Amino acid sequence: MTKKQKIMLGRILAAVALLIALHFAPVTGWVRFGLYLIPYLVIGYDILLKALKGIRNRQVFDESFLMAVATLGAIALALYEDSGDYTEAIAVMLFYQVGEWFQSYAVGKSRRNISDLMDIRPDYANVEREGRLERVDPDEVEIGTVIVVQPGEKVPIDGIVVEGASSLNTAALTGESLPRDTQQGDEIISGCINMTGLLKIRTTKEFGESTVSKILDLVENASSRKSKSEDFISKFARIYTPAVCGSALVLAVLPPLIRVFVLGLSAGWETWVYRALTFLVASCPCALVISIPLSFFAGIGGASKAGVLVKGSNYLETLSQTKIVVFDKTGTLTQGVFEVNGIHHSEMENAKLLEYAALAESASSHPISKSLQRAYGKELDRSRVRNIQEISGSGVIAQVDGLEVAAGNDKLMDRLGISYIPCHSVGTIIHLAIGGKYAGHIVISDVVKPHSKEAIQALKAAGVRRTVMLTGDAKAVADQVAAGLGVDQAYSQLLPAGKVEKVEELLSEKPEKAKLAFVGDGINDAPVLRRADIGIAMGAMGSDAAIEAADVVLMDDDPLKIATAIRISRKCLGIVYQNIIFAIGIKLLCLVLVALGFANMWLAIFADVGVMILAVLNAIRALFVKNL
Amino acid sequence: MKKTYKIDVDCANCANKMEQAAQKTEGVKTATVNFMTLKMVVEFLEGHDPKAVMQAVRKNCKRVESDCEVYLS
Repeated sequence: MTKKQKIMLGRILAAVALLIALHFAPVTGWVRFGLYLIPYLVIGYDILLKALKGIRNRQVFDESFLMAVATLGAIALALYEDSGDYTEAIAVMLFYQVGEWFQSYAVGKSRRNISDLMDIRPDYANVEREGRLERVDPDEVEIGTVIVVQPGEKVPIDGIVVEGASSLNTAALTGESLPRDTQQGDEIISGCINMTGLLKIRTTKEFGESTVSKILDLVENASSRKSKSEDFISKFARIYTPAVCGSALVLAVLPPLIRVFVLGLSAGWETWVYRALTFLVASCPCALVISIPLSFFAGIGGASKAGVLVKGSNYLETLSQTKIVVFDKTGTLTQGVFEVNGIHHSEMENAKLLEYAALAESASSHPISKSLQRAYGKELDRSRVRNIQEISGSGVIAQVDGLEVAAGNDKLMDRLGISYIPCHSVGTIIHLAIGGKYAGHIVISDVVKPHSKEAIQALKAAGVRRTVMLTGDAKAVADQVAAGLGVDQAYSQLLPAGKVEKVEELLSEKPEKAKLAFVGDGINDAPVLRRADIGIAMGAMGSDAAIEAADVVLMDDDPLKIATAIRISRKCLGIVYQNIIFAIGIKLLCLVLVALGFANMWLAIFADVGVMILAVLNAIRALFVKNL
Repeated sequence: MKKTYKIDVDCANCANKMEQAAQKTEGVKTATVNFMTLKMVVEFLEGHDPKAVMQAVRKNCKRVESDCEVYLS
C-alpha cells in the first residue's frame, strides 16, 4: 500500500465511523445538515477541489465534476425537500472513493506482480579484484572482463564460460523448466540463473547490449504500442462523457417541462433532478477505461512468463486473428543441422564407409563434411590422408591409406566414369568410390525438430486455416518435410527475395481480416518478418536481429510455442471483448433503468464501482497462461 | 528524438487525458502515455529544446488532470 492509499483508507474508515455515529444522533434541521457535512467533506473534499480546478481549467466533464454535481445535487434536494436524508449523497461519495481506492490498489498490485514476473534484471556483477570478489554495477563492466557467477545468482552479462561447469535455469527467459547444461567454452546469455556450479565468464558484450537488457527494454515498452481496442476505448471515452452529461441535463429538464406544458400535470422537478443525478453517478467510464489496457498488460505479462515476448498490445491483437502461418523451413521446423541419415548399398561395413568418407572430406569446412565427421565420432588421423583434390561443386578425391577415395555427388561419379546406384531418399547424397569401384552412398539431411509435427497440429487446433512452408532447399527435400509434418503447402528453391515475394503474394490473396504470420529464426529472414502482418522470430536467445525485426519473439526453439502464443492472445482478446461488452452493456442497462425510474442511487453506484471491480478482476485473468 | 519520462497518475482515463494534452503541446511530435508502466514516451520535433517542451507538457498535463505528475529528470 502506498502512502496515498493509506491516507485514503483512513479517510474512508473515518467517514464510515462518522456516518454510523450520526445515524444515532437525534438532531434535526440545520444542525443535522452541519453535522452531516463533516463526513461529506472528510470523504469528498479532494473531489470537490478537483472539480473546481477542472472548471477553472475548462475541463468540465470529468469524473470529479460528475461526482461533485451528483452529490451536491442530492444534498440540495434533501435540503429543498427538508427530508434530512443526507446519507445517500455521502454514501455515493464514499463508494466512489472506495472504488477509486480499490482500483488504485488492484492496478498497483497487478503492476507489481507483472513487473516481478518480468524481473530478470541483474542487480550486480561479481568481478575478481586482487583475489577478492567485488560486487559492481553491471553497467560498469567492460567487454572482456572475467566475471564470477555463483550458484543461485543471475548471469548479468552475455559472455563465454572460461572456467567451470553448471546447469542453468532459463525459465525466466524461455518459460522452459528443464535446466540447460553449460561448460567451459560455451556461450552463455544473461538472464539465466546459475544453479549448481561456480562459473567464470569472459564478457563479450556490454550490459546495455546484453540479451537481458534487450529483453527488458522490449517488455517495458511493449504496452506503449496501443491496440485498436484501446484506441476505440479512448475515443469512446472522449465522446461518452459529454454525451452522458448532455443526456442527464435533458433528463432533468425535458420531462418536467413536458409534464407541465403538454400533459398539464405538476412538474415533479425533484424526481427528475434526482434521476438525472443518479444517471450521472452510473455513467462514469472508469471500468472500461481501466480494464482494457490492464487486460493487455496482463496478457503481455502472462505471455512473457511462457517465454513469448510480444512487442505491443497491437501485435497481441493481430496474433489472435492469425489464420495463415508461413514457416521458414531451416532452423524453424528443422534443426538447421545436417546429420547422416542413412548409408545404402555399402560394399563394406557402414562404419568403415563412413570412416573413409570422413577422412576424404577431412580438409573441408563445409557443413556436409562437418556432419560426416560428427557421425564418424572419433578423432581423425589426418596423416592417413594425402593428395586431397577438391573438385568444386562435385566433391573430393583423396588418397586414404594408399587407396584412392572419391566422395561426391553424381556429377563426380559421371566424371570418373563410375556407375552408381541412384538414391530414393531425400537429402544430399554422397556417393563413394574406393579404388575406382563404387562403394555405396551416404544420405545427409536436415533433421526435423521433435515438436514440429505436433506444432502444426496444435496450430490447426487453434484455428489456423492454412500452413505454408518456404525454403531455399530442393523441391524433393521440401516436399518430403512438408508431407511428413502435415504442412498444407511448400514452396521450394526460393532465394531470400523470393520469400518476400511469396509472402506478398499470400498477403494479397487472403481476406483482409485473416492475418498472416511469418515464423523464422531471424537469421536471414528479417525482411520477410517485417513484411508479414506479424513476424514471429524463434530461438531469440542470442540473436539480436530476431529481437529487432520481429513483432513476437519466442525465446526458445520450440515451434509448439507458436500455437501457445496464439492461444494466449485469443484468451487475452476474449477477455478484452468480454470487458468491453460487459462494461458497456451493464452501464447502458443501468442508465436506462435509472432514466425510467426503476433504480436508485445504490444501483448507480454498483454500475460504477461494481462493474469496475469485476472488470479489473476479469482483466487479471489474462495473466494466467499455465494451461494454455 | 525520443525520451521516456516517469509519471504518476491515478486513473486510466486521466492517463488518456494526459496523453492528449502532451500531444497538443508545441514541439511534441508524438506522445504516448502508458498507464500500466507509468511512463510517458515523448518524441520531439526537431529544433525544439526537450527541457523547455517538457515544462510545457507538464503544465498542460496538470491543467487537464490536477492530480498528476511528470518527473522531468
